[in-house]
Amino acid sequence: MRREPPQRLADYGPLFFPAGMLIVFFVVPFATMIAVSVFQREQGGFYTPAFVFDNYARFLSLFFGKVLGFSLFLAIAVAAACVVIGIPFTYLLSRSPRKIQIVWLVALLSILSLSEVMIGFAWSTLFSRTAGITNLFVWLGLMAQAQALTPSFGAVMTAMTYQAFPYTVLVLYPALVRLDPTLTEAARTLGASPVKAFFTVVVPALRNTILATLIMVFIFALGSYLLPQLLGRPQHWTLSVLITDQAIYQSNMPFAAAMAVFLVLVSLALVGLALYAGQQRQAK
Amino acid sequence: MSGLNLNHVTKQFGNFTAVNDVNLSVPDGTFVCLLGPSGCGKTTLMRMIAGLDLPTGGSIQLGGADITQVPTHKRDLGMVFQSLALFPHLTVGENIAYSLRIRGTPKDIQKKRVDELLAMIHLPGFADRSVAKLSGGQRQRVAIARALAISPKLFLLDEPLSALDAKLREAMQVELRQLQQRLGITTIVVTHDQREAMTMADTVVVMNGGEIRQAAAPVDIYRRPADSFVADFIGQTNLLPVAADSAGRASVLGELVEGIALPAGAAKGMLSVRPEDVQLTAPGHGAIAGTVTFIRDLGGAIETFVEAGGTQVIAVSSPRNRPDVSVGQSVGIRLDPATSVVLAR
Repeated sequence: MRREPPQRLADYGPLFFPAGMLIVFFVVPFATMIAVSVFQREQGGFYTPAFVFDNYARFLSLFFGKVLGFSLFLAIAVAAACVVIGIPFTYLLSRSPRKIQIVWLVALLSILSLSEVMIGFAWSTLFSRTAGITNLFVWLGLMAQAQALTPSFGAVMTAMTYQAFPYTVLVLYPALVRLDPTLTEAARTLGASPVKAFFTVVVPALRNTILATLIMVFIFALGSYLLPQLLGRPQHWTLSVLITDQAIYQSNMPFAAAMAVFLVLVSLALVGLALYAGQQRQAK
Repeated sequence: MSGLNLNHVTKQFGNFTAVNDVNLSVPDGTFVCLLGPSGCGKTTLMRMIAGLDLPTGGSIQLGGADITQVPTHKRDLGMVFQSLALFPHLTVGENIAYSLRIRGTPKDIQKKRVDELLAMIHLPGFADRSVAKLSGGQRQRVAIARALAISPKLFLLDEPLSALDAKLREAMQVELRQLQQRLGITTIVVTHDQREAMTMADTVVVMNGGEIRQAAAPVDIYRRPADSFVADFIGQTNLLPVAADSAGRASVLGELVEGIALPAGAAKGMLSVRPEDVQLTAPGHGAIAGTVTFIRDLGGAIETFVEAGGTQVIAVSSPRNRPDVSVGQSVGIRLDPATSVVLAR
């Protein structure tokens, strides 16, 4: 059957429902947020419609700059960690027997059913002094004394990587399964050791998938606001934590909205930059 | 001893023996075809030569050195895969230069070698093209050039032409053979296509059930098959039961045939007669009696199907010697002992 371009308005019918959902649940709230971000805050109350940039001006300070910088750094670090662990893991998974693959995939999918709160408290228990994994290390003779591993940057990183890891594997898995296994064999017959073959054939052949995974985990990690609070020190708090704080505890909606808008713009800019860089390399 | 030598090479997957006690000696510069039906162990044997699978028994020597346990990337070989396995993220030139790049060859030498190889495969100026935009035959050539970039000692091809259409396949067979002769490189090709094997090989190795049934020159394989499997697998043949009486005289389909002798002591055997060696004559006078059941005129050859003693015998003749027979007619079949091969099985 040949596909004709839509002729009449009714031909666009199938698009109305998704378009409507998108407008109601995304465009309208986002537009509201942009609007609120330029409103005037009323002390002790809510806000009044206005058109001021005070809220934006307020976080153009070293403090918020640092928080924004840390948020981006954390998100990039988590994305990098997920991909660095995820590619070899998924590669080996895709080459193991079907039964083992299913067990792993079900286990990973079940992580997705856990809420951020549960993951946070689980890790804070695991990293605690009284009931944590260090007790196991002491028992094994690896450590002299049990100690608390949280709050720390490492704890935040670990939990966030854990949370984002299933998504990483689920995005990488189809691409790695489709990858022709004779490609690495061919590389080996051409003189590449298995490790070299992995880095010169598997990784470059999956470049676009890897870029997509990095961007997805980056955005996912940027929105995380519970884990940094549960497992980190105040200097490990991300912009998302501050937004929550302003919106819920300080009742400063305009300022929270302004920060949110700014975060969206910055992350969009970074994603665009990554895509642009990817295209440049492909064109070369 | 130089060349490639396989000594008692065996490969077992669990209880299944894929390759069983294979001995083969391939002198330098020869072209060998591993031929057999699917599942006969030919691909497994090639993968062991390449080091992609390790044998469970026996040893492999290349150029006098034992390479049985040497990892693939340290063996001096080039291989073309059935899927070709061209790297999709690299251009034609980068694909061909891969083995040089891995070995740290300087860029300018890489480029020179790529140009040489592209000229050799008749694709000059293709270095910057994407492999996705090549035709089947072009991809085939690029895979061959990539495998030959380092001038390896051993050139392996696993069903290299199976993805091409019939006409292109025949042309590539000739081209591959000419290339091999020009370079003088020891080459092993896995194929299930007997025409392909006959076209290209110095030595055809017929395999079945994980074992070598016969390894010989194409003409010998065709003219003097070692057993009924080889006779039946290579070309068309008539396999006729032979029985010997107490005096040792052999009879085929109930008729005594002079000049054919079974091995001493054997009472029964098989006779392989190629269709073009079957002569149709008038019935009687010591000829095997039969009835014509079907005539197929293929233009270039005429096949006459004759039913004799419950067995179907096919005779092929050229249009110049068109047999004067029609369906239902009684005819006599004469066999020439010189072109008939007695087989044990």
